[in-house]
Amino acid sequence: MTGPAGHLIEISGALVRARCLAPVGLNEVVYVGDERLVGEVIALDGDVATMQVYEETAGLSVGAPVEASGGPLTVTLGPGLLGGAFDGIQRPLDRLAISQGDFLGRGQHLAPLSADRLWEFRPTAAAGAMVNAGDELGIVRETDALDHRVLVPPGVSGRLADIAAPGAYRIGDRVGAIGNGAGSVDVGLAQRWRVRVPRPFRQRLRATAPMLTGQRVLDTFFPLSCGSAAGMPGGFGTGKTVMQHQLCRWARADVIVFVGCGERGNELTEMLWKLPGLVDPRTGRPLAERTILVANTSNMPVPAREASIYTGATIAEYYRDMGYHVLLLADSTSRWAEALREISGRLGEIPAEEGYPSYLSSRLAAFYERAGHVVTLGGREGSLTIISAISPAGGDVTEPVTRHTQRFTGCFWTLDKRLAEARVFPAVSVEDSYSAAFADLESWWHDEVSPDWAPRRREALKVIEEAGRVRHAARLVGEDSLPDRQRLVLRVAELFEEGFLRQSAHDAKDASCSPARQVKLLSLLLDFYHRGLEALDRGVPVPALIALPVAAALARAKSTYGDDEIAGLDALAARVARECAGAGKAETGGAAS
Amino acid sequence: MTAIAGVEYTGLTALRGPLAFIDAVPGLAFHDQVELTVADGTTRAGRVLGVSDRAAVIEIFGATDGLTLGSTRLRFLGSPLRLGVGRELLGRTFDGMGRPRDGLPPPLVVEERPIEGAVINPCRREYPREFLETGVSAIDLLTSVVLGQKLPIFTEAGLPHDALAMQIVRQARAPGVEGFALVFAALGLPRPVALRYEEMFRGSGALGRMVAFINVADDSAAERLITPRCALTAAEYLAFDCGMHVLVILHDITNYGESLREVSSARGEVPSRKGYPGYLYSDLASIFERAGRIKGRPGSLTMMPIVTMPSGDVTHPIPDLTGYVTEGQIILDRALDRRGVYPPIAVLPSLSRLMSDGIGAGRTREDHEDVARQLYAACARVERARSLAAIIGGDELSEDERRYLRFGDVFEAAFLKQDASEARSIEDTLSRAWRLFADVPPADLTRLPSELIERYLPRGGAASPSRAMEVAR
Repeated sequence: MTGPAGHLIEISGALVRARCLAPVGLNEVVYVGDERLVGEVIALDGDVATMQVYEETAGLSVGAPVEASGGPLTVTLGPGLLGGAFDGIQRPLDRLAISQGDFLGRGQHLAPLSADRLWEFRPTAAAGAMVNAGDELGIVRETDALDHRVLVPPGVSGRLADIAAPGAYRIGDRVGAIGNGAGSVDVGLAQRWRVRVPRPFRQRLRATAPMLTGQRVLDTFFPLSCGSAAGMPGGFGTGKTVMQHQLCRWARADVIVFVGCGERGNELTEMLWKLPGLVDPRTGRPLAERTILVANTSNMPVPAREASIYTGATIAEYYRDMGYHVLLLADSTSRWAEALREISGRLGEIPAEEGYPSYLSSRLAAFYERAGHVVTLGGREGSLTIISAISPAGGDVTEPVTRHTQRFTGCFWTLDKRLAEARVFPAVSVEDSYSAAFADLESWWHDEVSPDWAPRRREALKVIEEAGRVRHAARLVGEDSLPDRQRLVLRVAELFEEGFLRQSAHDAKDASCSPARQVKLLSLLLDFYHRGLEALDRGVPVPALIALPVAAALARAKSTYGDDEIAGLDALAARVARECAGAGKAETGGAAS
Repeated sequence: MTAIAGVEYTGLTALRGPLAFIDAVPGLAFHDQVELTVADGTTRAGRVLGVSDRAAVIEIFGATDGLTLGSTRLRFLGSPLRLGVGRELLGRTFDGMGRPRDGLPPPLVVEERPIEGAVINPCRREYPREFLETGVSAIDLLTSVVLGQKLPIFTEAGLPHDALAMQIVRQARAPGVEGFALVFAALGLPRPVALRYEEMFRGSGALGRMVAFINVADDSAAERLITPRCALTAAEYLAFDCGMHVLVILHDITNYGESLREVSSARGEVPSRKGYPGYLYSDLASIFERAGRIKGRPGSLTMMPIVTMPSGDVTHPIPDLTGYVTEGQIILDRALDRRGVYPPIAVLPSLSRLMSDGIGAGRTREDHEDVARQLYAACARVERARSLAAIIGGDELSEDERRYLRFGDVFEAAFLKQDASEARSIEDTLSRAWRLFADVPPADLTRLPSELIERYLPRGGAASPSRAMEVAR
């Protein structure tokens, strides 16, 4: 169904209107003008279709032809996605660079996945078997880190009439044919899926395991569960990007989809430059092999930015359906919302708050709802976890995007400008962050790591909270007027900050922290606190306690003993007991007062 | 080129602010360039902001007074706005639309390029890693600029940002690279300020290696939207075609944002924050993202926009959104300025995101990153000691805290403060920092590895703070 479907009657930025001779459908992809710019129909009124164009529209004139594609905007799903970099509507940026050079041109239609590349296919289903949607037909070793399961597409079932022999196939090749009453459906290595439609699964499960990030402040204090969503608001300069890169590097996910949505070009370049050199600590393979970049930088066309987040979510769901744990990092949802606002404004819709359309919250809800821990159509367990960076205007967390995100996510990591300015990283504010996943994850930590996690965590939060109150009082009356117990709380809270909360992305031993080491470090610090309290009761002054050599050792312990040197932390625990017990007896530690 | 190129039309149907409306013209394309001829024979440039089968909207650059509906003639050029580029742009001064302003004939150009530019494919970008030396200690050491970065200066009305910008224009160089050029775009500067810049460019000899585009405060708002794009088109040519390292200074982005709001409201668009259009972020990004490097091409485009924070408010939409697009910020501080510290750069809130990969051995010096971290840590201690002293009084401070108070004073006098004509090499800047460390409690020098301390920390009386003060004088 091709051929000119109509002609342009209006051009206004990324939005154009055409009078149509032939019917076009809502969300149908159209090619606009002589350069065949990619667009999508977003409204129909009589014979006039309103379209958003995913490319720069300068030079389009009234009367230019509009061609209908006959289908909606889709994402191509198949081997070759891992390690790739795509724009918001899945044009392959790396191959575009080869075909058209350093600058992005217009009207370029390259298939997202290379049609020529051969993939080694190993069938796992037998001809003649009854198969249903989600069942595995075979495996392609997509990278050394991951088996790509070729699944029966959603909506297809029947008898497997034919299955390809082991061998090398292109993504366009047929590897199976499924027959049912209505005829036969060919299954290839790749399939297409509508970009804005969530992929189906069998059943949603309760989240019970954490999505570990290797970042202590998150894993221990504000944990995220596999299959849920987190919001991460932070003004500019609060380390949002570094944090996203850290998560991309250390999160314990099988596949990471990074959606750079309206962000800086150089940041993506940094990722493209660094990822191949970084090694996945779990597989020993380059991180690039488990990562997919969807990059629609801030200067690329705005409608494609709006689409990018859905492109990313669809790709993520595709790997979830293979039974993997997938993490989607969106940087940033605010820029996506702004794209929505820009298009809405051009459509002349009545704005709600701050110019955003009133459907902002339902769109955000729909996006976050794509996160989930599920049983797939094929009966495997997989999950999609979403971490969404938010760039609140003016750092104001009461603005609409941040507020609505709070409504739909249970996990909220607030990055604090004051911490960032003091170069305290990660600049996650303990006061303003929260996680509702704690109760769900308690048993996982109890069974898999240590029964200490939950009680220690509660206690540590209490100390930090108390320190906040004491610090406030100290500012009014001076620290010297405080009772000893409170002065100790202040010092211990500082020790928590230095020895636990702070974690440098550049520290060779500490850039990531295993769950076991997290609990150990926390226990050590709390142990010091308790023994310190006992010492106070014996009349040991606070400065003498803080001057104990073990206090300095505790502050440095995170960088001294790495994940495989837990024994060193056990030795340190013995030292805490010894030195605290000895404190005050020989009056050795009073020098710093 | 379309069929309507060069054909003349009359018959404006409406004029509103910088916008003119006409009935439909067949073949007229979005963003096409238009030339309007007024009854008195003068011309204005314009471009098509929107077209439909019934009407078209044209944005007029330049004064609209005296325009009439009946007698104004329009000529359509059949292509988007373009700027002629070539090496001969160097040494020249243009108005905000790229017409000569220096009384000389138009320069010889190699080709005409659309001023909107094209988007660099993120996969073709080269990650910026080469140091740009401004000769200003606080910038070079603590917020190092790398070639291809966009690093704005956030300032307030009345602060010496002009002096700093001029100093950077005079001193900026990239050690070890050939062919350094500057492009300066004045966006709505008051005439006296623009005049001072122009005199400085000529007087200092800087003009020979630069191109200036001057849009002054009473030039039209619509033209101001064109000026940075002209400047960047020239800069891109010099950088990516001629292989030069180009530093672009856009002064002042706040005026640009105001113009965007003015034109947007004339178009009747739905406003978002503080009346600015919802696309302010995307629009600013379309300017700032033109900075960068490209794989396989020798040049670079570095940008240092100047942003005056309205009422000193960093959360105002213009500085806020600028901060989200750019790679860090250099913040000027009123209190430092009052204390007579030039350049009044607030060290702690300033930041350069691309710094750590662009400095160090082989780029600046091996100790650069550690020295910067240590200096940040010390400045953070100074800040704490100062706020504590303000509450409980200096006498109640501990010995360490009093030491940091003194450190803060010496830091400002012997490091931060420098003459507007003084260009310090990065080596000079680094040794100044080491002299400061001589007065930091040794136990606090935790961010410096011992082998660096061994090699660089000055010993004995030569490094005392009073001696550093003397050096400063």
